[in-house]
Amino acid sequence: MQVETGKPDTFPKLLLHHARERGESPAIREKEYGIWQAWTWGAMRREVEWLAAGLAAAGLARGAHIAVIGANRPRLYWTLVAAQSLGAIPVPFYEDAIAQEMVYVFQDAAIEFAVVEDQEQADKLLEIVPQCPSLARIWYDDPRGLRHYTQPQLASYESLREMGRRRASELPGFFESQVASGEGSDPAIMMYTSGTTGHPKGVVLSHHNLVSSSVAYAELEGLRDDEEVLAYLPMAWIGQNLFSYAQWMTVGFRINCIESAETVLTDMREIGPTYYFAPPRVLEALLTQVTIRMEDASRVKRLLFRYFMELARRVGGELLDGRCVKASDRALYALGNLLVYGPLRNALGMTRIRVAYTAGEAIGPDLFVFYRSLGINLKQLYGSTETSVMVCVQPNGGVKPDTVGPPMKGVEVRILESGEIVLRCPGLFREYYKNEEATREAKDAEGWFHTGDAGFFDATGHLRIIDRAHDVGKLADGTLFAPKYLENKLKFFPHVKEAVAFGDARPHATAMINIDVQAVGDWAERRGIPYSGYTDLASKPQVIELVRGCVEKVNADLARDPKLAGSQIHRFVILHKELDADDGELTRTRKVRRGFIAEKYAAIVQALDSGAGRCAVEAQVRFEDGRTGTVRAELAVVAAKTFEASGPAAAARGAPATRQEQVAA
Amino acid sequence: MNLRELEPQRARRELGAPILALEGISLAFGGVKALAEVSFDVREHEIRAIIGPNGAGKSSLLNVINGVYRPQQGRITFRGEARAHMEPHHVAAMGIARTFQSLALFKGMTVLENILAGRNLMMRSNLFLQALRIGPALAEEIRHRRRVEEVIDFLEIQHVRKTVVGRLPYGLQKRVDLGRALAAEPKVLLLDEPMAGMNIEEKQDMSRFILDVNDEFGTTIVLIEHDMGVVMDLSDRVVVLDYGRKIADGTPAEVRSSQAVVDAYLGVKH
Repeated sequence: MQVETGKPDTFPKLLLHHARERGESPAIREKEYGIWQAWTWGAMRREVEWLAAGLAAAGLARGAHIAVIGANRPRLYWTLVAAQSLGAIPVPFYEDAIAQEMVYVFQDAAIEFAVVEDQEQADKLLEIVPQCPSLARIWYDDPRGLRHYTQPQLASYESLREMGRRRASELPGFFESQVASGEGSDPAIMMYTSGTTGHPKGVVLSHHNLVSSSVAYAELEGLRDDEEVLAYLPMAWIGQNLFSYAQWMTVGFRINCIESAETVLTDMREIGPTYYFAPPRVLEALLTQVTIRMEDASRVKRLLFRYFMELARRVGGELLDGRCVKASDRALYALGNLLVYGPLRNALGMTRIRVAYTAGEAIGPDLFVFYRSLGINLKQLYGSTETSVMVCVQPNGGVKPDTVGPPMKGVEVRILESGEIVLRCPGLFREYYKNEEATREAKDAEGWFHTGDAGFFDATGHLRIIDRAHDVGKLADGTLFAPKYLENKLKFFPHVKEAVAFGDARPHATAMINIDVQAVGDWAERRGIPYSGYTDLASKPQVIELVRGCVEKVNADLARDPKLAGSQIHRFVILHKELDADDGELTRTRKVRRGFIAEKYAAIVQALDSGAGRCAVEAQVRFEDGRTGTVRAELAVVAAKTFEASGPAAAARGAPATRQEQVAA
Repeated sequence: MNLRELEPQRARRELGAPILALEGISLAFGGVKALAEVSFDVREHEIRAIIGPNGAGKSSLLNVINGVYRPQQGRITFRGEARAHMEPHHVAAMGIARTFQSLALFKGMTVLENILAGRNLMMRSNLFLQALRIGPALAEEIRHRRRVEEVIDFLEIQHVRKTVVGRLPYGLQKRVDLGRALAAEPKVLLLDEPMAGMNIEEKQDMSRFILDVNDEFGTTIVLIEHDMGVVMDLSDRVVVLDYGRKIADGTPAEVRSSQAVVDAYLGVKH
């Protein structure tokens, strides 16, 4: 879709537009010292102008890259616009990335300047200065702890702003002329994809890409300039960037920066967002909290909760989609709304939500249905960094939990012979930075982007995603094996935090499992099972039984699907440590790196293949301060019951697809 | 280039003149001599540790500075004024605040209220105006509240701002206790075993906060601590007590190599 001509086509132009149109209305808020402090569009325009003048004086040139590292802070958002005003390209980083992970990106993009949040981030950059000699200037927002630093690279944001303020008054019109010389096709931002293999790739997105995607969302949902949005996710994630930056700048609504990571729930209740975006893990954490608090509630409340949640599961989703529901159920739901759903939505800070999205990974059906049944219009969408998150969205009034909905307006989607999804859309990225080969691989001559995801359209034209195309493999006997599918099924149990499935070219499917310390810990406490920490808890025989129950439920479920019955999980271990991005086991967006894990824990994988018993393991862990240590443990390899396939495929093959196995424990 | 060289360099804080000096302090409870002829000084902006085995007289010494105990002999000089002993309310008004080994918090009140209580001495408007929240009392409350919020921000306890203190884990309660003391904007902060009963992570956090307080506000800090590692890392100078006597006084390195200290801690062969 084309952006209407005459409309501002870059973010800095949009800023000037909003400053003119709605200069007095708040653009961004941040909770500091217990109070929500607000800046209007007009105030923000001045801040950005000064900052841009300061950055220009410091030597930030058109086309150069500038690193932005930290939590959601207004000044970091202003840095994005200020850099874009000068035609420079901001590169946001995950704030929890360790110093060594940043080295590659700094070298790859030859980054000279960085604006960081605080001492923690400044320390990391100072550590990598020897490896990244081009890094010349680091400005920090929060001066705490940095007063006595004497490094020549360091300076405060305050000093940069002051310098810019003077420059701006000396050179009136400088800012406007810089903004005017930008074009929609210029690169707006570069985001590094976490990459489950190899080095991260810098995805270059233009203003046009992000604005097109934002306009499409705004039209689809009728977004207005009085929407309230909570800015709480990492700035380096495309989801956060699109929903809290690109759409914010395009539509002109308000974003609200949280006080600290621990206060999200309180902040959310205070703001009452009308438009909300959350990856499944956040929604899951919220649900876990609700469940735990309900278990501590009085008997009457528990009964009420159970009764009305059951009703909501039955009719809540139907009502939300505007379908026909019995009058008696309707009346009961209204009562439930008064007694349970309303107060619960309020406790979650979701009372005012008109539209909520979830994306980033697969969401469990129970979790998804839970929120929808409460009357919260939660929808799934499908997209990636490369597509500016512009592919498919579930339509209002027609949500099917196992699909991601039909393609958005302006998006063409095709399914290749191999099952891979390919697409074209205005949000499609320009290129991978300095990596023509990868760009050519991902985007073919006709402009089709190869997503690497496998999926198909259902009868109603909704897209259903199964797995990453290259992850889909075959067991030794040729049975289809979709690891992500198994992992997600396992992760949908509240007691399982992470799962890694193995099976490609192996005799059976097996799995490594991380328990959820909070949920299982709570479970153990209720049963009076003492434990000292994750490792201890994970090795308790009762916990192993608990997880075995989950695995067997997954198997029973798989057995019902003829295509997947063969990939039931025969054996599993509960890992002795939590998989961690710092150890390279997860990506920063918390996706498991299966290949890396298979290599690192080769001994466990072998034990899983060879049969039940025990297996000794030694693993290196990296602490938050960068030091490393070793953890040793002996793990139990546990066999799980598998089930006779009930579909027609098993019969056709003439032999049982699965075999029964008794448990050694 | 060596990585070590690029690690953040701490420019030395300027240590000022002695702000607090104790001369020949002796304290006895009946026949028991708790302190005998103890003399030492604390310089402005300094982190000064008092260490010693159990029963060495560390807490007694802190209580003498604090005015809870009256020494039988000796003289205390604080900011140029010499006295034979201190009075608790004077001490607080003169800018000395302290934290307690066994926490002194209002368990039934929120974190915010507890820290606000630390500003009690600075509240000027009368009880009547405060109760009705009218006139100058309101403006004053806003001012105090702002300062309390700065303390909350500084100690990173925003997430428990409105939580009742009794429900917090021990490590956080210790932090709130420090916050209550900081709210009084003290010149000198007395910390009685700030890390007692903490795990390593909590100790690291607390150490960082102590250093930051010293760094950001220039607060002079006198602390009693059992954990030798912590003491040696944090302090500028260390006083060592044993059976109520001062047996060593100097930088951590000097104290560590003192024979008297080794004997007191490890015992002497007879």
